Amino acid sequence: MDEKFIKQISLFAENKPGHLANIASSFKEASVNIRAFTIAEAGDFGIIRMVVDKPEKAHRVLHDAGFTVSETDVLGIQMEDVPGQLATIAEVLGKKGVNIDYAYAFVTKTEKAFLIIRVNDLKTAVETLYEQGISLLDMGDVQSI
Amino acid sequence: MTKYLLCDNMIEYWNPQIERMPLDELEQIQEERLRHLVDYVYTHSPFYKKRFDEAGVKPEDIRTLEDLQKLPFTYKQDLRDNYPKGMFCVPDTQLVRYHVSSGTTGKPTVVGYTKNDIHEWAKSLGRALTSIGVGRGDVLQVSYGYGLFTGGLGLHYGAEEVGSTVLPISVGNTDKQLELMQDLGTTTLACTPSYFLYMAEEAKDKGIDFQEDTGLKTGIFGAEPWTEEMRKRMEDATGIKAYDVFGTSELSGPLFTECTCQDGIHIWGDQFIVEIIDPETGDTLPEGERGELVITTLKKEALPLIRYRIGDCTILNKQPCECGRTHPRIMRVTGRVDDMLIIRGINVFPGQVESVLMKIPEVEEHFMIHVDRINEMDTMKIQIEMNDEAFSDKVNDIISLEKKVASALKSVLNLSVGVELVEHGTIPRSIGKSKKIIDNRKL
Repeated sequence: MDEKFIKQISLFAENKPGHLANIASSFKEASVNIRAFTIAEAGDFGIIRMVVDKPEKAHRVLHDAGFTVSETDVLGIQMEDVPGQLATIAEVLGKKGVNIDYAYAFVTKTEKAFLIIRVNDLKTAVETLYEQGISLLDMGDVQSI
Repeated sequence: MTKYLLCDNMIEYWNPQIERMPLDELEQIQEERLRHLVDYVYTHSPFYKKRFDEAGVKPEDIRTLEDLQKLPFTYKQDLRDNYPKGMFCVPDTQLVRYHVSSGTTGKPTVVGYTKNDIHEWAKSLGRALTSIGVGRGDVLQVSYGYGLFTGGLGLHYGAEEVGSTVLPISVGNTDKQLELMQDLGTTTLACTPSYFLYMAEEAKDKGIDFQEDTGLKTGIFGAEPWTEEMRKRMEDATGIKAYDVFGTSELSGPLFTECTCQDGIHIWGDQFIVEIIDPETGDTLPEGERGELVITTLKKEALPLIRYRIGDCTILNKQPCECGRTHPRIMRVTGRVDDMLIIRGINVFPGQVESVLMKIPEVEEHFMIHVDRINEMDTMKIQIEMNDEAFSDKVNDIISLEKKVASALKSVLNLSVGVELVEHGTIPRSIGKSKKIIDNRKL
């Protein structure tokens, strides 16, 4: 089942100017491509979450640059870019008692929409979505987007 | 109480014979009492006997005030090392009270008092209160903490000594403070300067004018450092006279205040000997030079202190005061020789913060203490770095970690502390004694 998880890179960042630039330039040097990106902001600090094509490398580069960084297993859900998709996903997971800790979405140039979610029960989430015929991304997909 | 007409001003003294005694006579009394003191501690306290023996001093070597310099210093650490009662000179049956101050690394310091000790304490404050015109007919609202802390009970006994009416309200509940202040006609308020400024703000919000709506005329402020600028602000804003009060829990809480001249705090020479020393070399400094305050107690029975290192920086002034009192004065305390912080009247050492953080595995050992004064209240914030392994990418987890650290600090420091997690590597690492405090208070 592990292959259906996506390795998300999360990092702890204080809210201060120039910070994002440091991260971006570390990635540029290491030729790491960011596929999806979001910042959760809470007062003095924020948590930056990213899906990248080379998570191990990204982790190493950020760690070496002194960041507090972690790798988290999340799910990447491929959605049709039509109304009602998100509602369906939220509903089926809810029925199975799976809680979504957070979610963010991105759209690719092939007009596909992807939803990244972190859940409290990965196994049940994968099974539930699989039963519903909803396709999940793996790391191979992330690299080829 | 005796009244003297001096120039145009009526000056009152609690004990004029003692307070106006010529300095040479006062020093004679000090010498006699010092000789008695060294005999007393040498024979009653194994701690002092050992300390004197190690320093090669015998009680008979101490004949004059100059000989005081031969005696070894006593430190706060000695009180901790001999916790709880290892330095006491009287049997438990002689004790009538304990006060306890919070410990820096676990062990608190305990000070015991005999009946005479409590009375000497009240006498010292009785003279002080009289010197700022507080006596019979005054209502003294004691807004210092009561209990193990010496502030509340200290002022309480001093006020009763001079026949004032005490309102023992203790700290907090500002609405009640303002209500009773008006209803019972408080004339004198004793609290920390920052609490008074806070109270003044609250009063303003409620439309209470100190000059119009209360009978307040005198403030006794201490337990934390303040300045002449603050005095001016307080006096201008509220129309009261603001006086500095001095003491430490090891000596016996609040003991001395300024007189109406507002030019230094009188330290009663028949009860205490003051020295100012160079904190590095331990050498006694000449009068007028700024250094560390060292005090020897001449009358204390339960826990006499010989050359006790107070840790505050000040200047000694032996010139007779305009008020007619001859006892030496210490000028405003300008800081500490160690890294102790005073936040809202509570003593905080960075070592305490460190020992709390060491017990929380989710955070690193590096930290920075930020102190500020916001809306007249001291605030303290600790910045700490999160441990890599403990990092969760959920916002709530980080917020609960901050709360966990804050509550651990509160339980040890007895003070609400802000906690901010910062990125790894942001707290400066310095070689040797690292600078762990940024104090932005504009005093």
